[in-house]
Amino acid sequence: MEMRLNVKNLLIYIKEYTKECILGPSFKLLEACFDLIVPLVMAAIIDNGIAMGDRGYIFKYGGVLVLLALVGLICSITAQYFAAKAATGFAANLRVALFKHIESLSFTEMDEIGTSTMITRMTSDINQLQSGVNMALRLFLRSPFIVFGAAIMAFTIDLKSALIFVVVIPLLAVVIFGIMLISMPLYKKVQSGLDNVLGITRQNLTGVRVIRAFNKEQAELENFSNGNEKLTQMQLFVGKISALTNPVTYVMINIALIVLLWVGGIQINTGKLTQGEVVAMVNYMSQILVELIKLANTIVLSTKAVACGGRVQSILEITSSMKDGDYTETTTGSVNSGTEVRFQHVGMSYKGAGANSVSDIDFTAKAGSVTGVIGGTGSGKSTLVNLIPRFYDVSEGCVMVGGKDVRSYELDTLRQKIGIVLQKAVLFHGTIRENILWGNPDASDEDVIEALKAAQAWEIVTGKDNGLDYVIQQGGRNLSGGQKQRFTIARALVRKPSILILDDSASALDFATDAKLRKSLQELPYKPTIFIVSQRTSSIQHADNILVLDDGELAGQGTHEELVKNCEVYREIYQSQI
Amino acid sequence: MKKEKNNDTVKTVLKYIKKYRISIALSLFFAVVTVVLTLYLPILTGDAVDFMIEKGRVDFDSLAALIVKMAVIICLTGITQWVMNICNNKITYNVVRDIRQDAFKKLEILPLKYLDAHAPGDIVSRIIADADQFADGLLMGFTQAFTGILTIAGTLIFMLSINVWITIVVVIVTPLSFFVAGFISKRTYKMFQLQSKARGEQTSLIDEMIGNQKVVQAYSHEDKALEKFCTINEKLKKYSLNATFYSSITNPATRFVNNLVYAGVGVTGALFAINGYLTVGGLSCFLSYANQYTKPFNEISGVITELQNALACAARVFELINEEPQIPDQADAKSLESVKGEVAFNNVFFSYVPDKRLITDFNLHVKSGQRVAIVGPTGCGKTTVINLIMRFYDVNSGSIKIDGADIRQITRKSLRDNIGMVLQETWIKDGTIFDNIVIGKPSATMEEAVEAAKASHAHSFIKRLPNGYDTVVKEDGSNLSQGQKQLLCIARVMLLKPPVLILDEATSSIDTRTEIKIQNAFAKLMEGRTSFIVAHRLSTIQNADIILVMKDGNIIEQGNHESLLKQGGFYAGLYNSQFT
Repeated sequence: MEMRLNVKNLLIYIKEYTKECILGPSFKLLEACFDLIVPLVMAAIIDNGIAMGDRGYIFKYGGVLVLLALVGLICSITAQYFAAKAATGFAANLRVALFKHIESLSFTEMDEIGTSTMITRMTSDINQLQSGVNMALRLFLRSPFIVFGAAIMAFTIDLKSALIFVVVIPLLAVVIFGIMLISMPLYKKVQSGLDNVLGITRQNLTGVRVIRAFNKEQAELENFSNGNEKLTQMQLFVGKISALTNPVTYVMINIALIVLLWVGGIQINTGKLTQGEVVAMVNYMSQILVELIKLANTIVLSTKAVACGGRVQSILEITSSMKDGDYTETTTGSVNSGTEVRFQHVGMSYKGAGANSVSDIDFTAKAGSVTGVIGGTGSGKSTLVNLIPRFYDVSEGCVMVGGKDVRSYELDTLRQKIGIVLQKAVLFHGTIRENILWGNPDASDEDVIEALKAAQAWEIVTGKDNGLDYVIQQGGRNLSGGQKQRFTIARALVRKPSILILDDSASALDFATDAKLRKSLQELPYKPTIFIVSQRTSSIQHADNILVLDDGELAGQGTHEELVKNCEVYREIYQSQI
Repeated sequence: MKKEKNNDTVKTVLKYIKKYRISIALSLFFAVVTVVLTLYLPILTGDAVDFMIEKGRVDFDSLAALIVKMAVIICLTGITQWVMNICNNKITYNVVRDIRQDAFKKLEILPLKYLDAHAPGDIVSRIIADADQFADGLLMGFTQAFTGILTIAGTLIFMLSINVWITIVVVIVTPLSFFVAGFISKRTYKMFQLQSKARGEQTSLIDEMIGNQKVVQAYSHEDKALEKFCTINEKLKKYSLNATFYSSITNPATRFVNNLVYAGVGVTGALFAINGYLTVGGLSCFLSYANQYTKPFNEISGVITELQNALACAARVFELINEEPQIPDQADAKSLESVKGEVAFNNVFFSYVPDKRLITDFNLHVKSGQRVAIVGPTGCGKTTVINLIMRFYDVNSGSIKIDGADIRQITRKSLRDNIGMVLQETWIKDGTIFDNIVIGKPSATMEEAVEAAKASHAHSFIKRLPNGYDTVVKEDGSNLSQGQKQLLCIARVMLLKPPVLILDEATSSIDTRTEIKIQNAFAKLMEGRTSFIVAHRLSTIQNADIILVMKDGNIIEQGNHESLLKQGGFYAGLYNSQFT
């Protein structure tokens, strides 16, 4: 129920196509009207043409039948066109809205939803929704219309016999929808049974070595057999129920038919009905059966679409947990210089996590200084630097950039000041130049080259035939890990940031290049405040201040020499790497 | 060629179906009964109409008898239809279950050679999606194709028995809808292609931009991405409209043909009725036949595609089932007991692909309790050595012996029971942390698991998880970091304390400090146990008894750390490179 309400909100994306949404079903109804006239024409042929032996009459009304078919065809095609236009337009609008919305979400929500989910919502779910809308526009009005139309037509022929319709239609509806209501949740169970079997299979493939090493083949086979058997039993059970639909509707409609024949016989005997009219009634009865079955199928398909719509809507309803600040600056680009960064007793826990990822972090990075961050796996290094561009919000304390709480900045302004190089080196499909320009769309070729040189990446460019126009494939597949890292560093440098953050982003570089990179970073003319996250002491040894993290807590800070003397955790790390 | 393959597939399907021959016989029988009864009903309806000519001329006695007869037939039809449906369900779902079961069983005994060469996604889709598609196709084939053909045949016979000429009208006009459908689908094929191409383009952009959303946001690139997205979206909208619209013409077009048939039957039937060759009841019966006769035709093109698809799916599953399994354990294979841990490679030759030599004439003798480290550049065959010891792959020639016994002459189970392995790629099973630790020893208690976790330094992160050891983790381990997953895998081995250890890059994702802690734990574990360690990190292997330096599948140097450094060869170069 709640889901249906949610899905209603999606209707605004089809608003633009209100005209199509009205015209489509209208033409469909028109076609249905012609369908409903057909049995009457046939009755006329029987009662007048045959009874009078009038060939001309028969041909004339035969012509009417063909004409009705033709007009029906035209109406129906027109309806299909409007339906298709509304459905595809709706899907296109929805895709844009969803894309825009996802772009506005903060890192917290992205972590929670997961990219693969978002991609499925954008692609297959919206596709399903599109076919659902298309079908609904075509059939949802038509089928009930024919059902009721046939009943009404029956009434115009004979009141007494038509009462049978009044009884049988609700009964049929109850049976068909009753079976559907019972079987649909069961189908969901079947689906989850299938998912279970799929999960077991995939696990067995990805973990084949472990499973064989631990001799778990037999146990896994049993596990699979159980899942498989459960799935089959469920399928058989649901099958038994849904296999009832056809026989039951068949029996009901035909029982109604023989009642109709009996009543029809009585009415003919008293002269209230003709033979042709009884045949028309029989025809209406079978039209109803056909349409009800169609309607049931439509409903099955559209519940799927509604489920997809619900999933899309649930993403649209997630709002960014991050409130934008209002402090803005007009950045002039070239006059940037280092900015002070200060952490005041900062604590942060990820949504749904059991404990803080970092807690009570307190330090100041002076403008233009170099800060090294070191610590073990999961000690909170990335978390710490991710707080500076406000990818996540702190749970305790506050992060200050240039003497202001990061939460008071407008996000764009804040991030404009910062060049961050993430752990995973990501490049996009496009030329090298295009990729570097991400950092600063207004940069000239000279700026780009300067940034590339500082990032030790210029030599890669000169090695390529097309230089800056060399096309990087999606995900940077045609570059090595070290090359990708250097390009992502250049991308950060081209904006001449006030704060430069390298999150373990030189891990694939050899020692010599790493050293050269560090040297060139220190010589940057605009003197940014630099953060270097690393697992290697050699990368941060020369920093002005080193933060040592252990299990999310600051185990020590100071220069290399001080820490070797005073900080046990640092000493252990250092000694493990000699 | 293709036909032959199809025949083979059909044969295999029949083999699976054979088990359910009683159900099939029942299904076929009831299908015939259902169709005959269904077709008989319009005739009775026609007769009924003929009993009521006009005012005062209604034969109620005959009508009553007829109606009772019809009621019986209707109920009977309902029952046979239901029984037929149940039989079909039973056959289909059981056959698919059997196929899936066989496929999975095969999975457990397929050589790793096959599994390594095929993407997991591909194999999964064979066992799950293809099998499921096959089920759908089979069910549809049973319920629709068979009854469809019966209906066409039956209707023809019944129609012929009433009036030949009208039958001819129906027979000639009906296939028209078939051609119309075929004509349209051929035209729309290209539009669908354009649509799926645009979809692919858009998906790839979504994948890139949403998948790397963090970078997009870090560089405020949202507007540019949206702009690009909208361009493709407009294109997709256009193609999608074309494809949707043109393909949706099929339905009205075939319905149009049906209506023509109806008109044709109506007119010719009426003409015959004037001449007294046909009663009004007969005409009404014909009209409903005309509807029933065209229905299977409209559906048949769908059914044929579905069946072809089902066969193709089945072929893919069978391909998997018919794969050559790994060589089974020898009948007289012994079970390794109280292993000391002596491992010997004697003149081992091995390669993954026949014409690409990898390991040639490899000899190594490891005494019980020795620690062997294997180093060398990527692709030099380090992992291969592990694959051979675990017998994931069999040697081409030569032999590998444990405690003097050729590993091909002992059961795989006992071999692997005695070797503990931690691999480069971590693997987490759906389940709790506890389940994951005790995977090799399901009988272990919580205390034992905690002890193993403590020994592998996993305890401290586990206890910080929301539910500690009962926290449910997923296969992709999304709620665990790479390093944490690695620690869990080590805890598994810690619990088992096997006589031989294999650590393949086991600590690659763990920071050096934690690594040292784990090394200490391993050192304790390795005491008195033979161990093989593969690693890039030289710190991991410095205190090994034997260091094997491998290059291009061969051991080029062998010795301990000091002697190799003194030798000043490849190892020394590798070691010194980290300090330059």
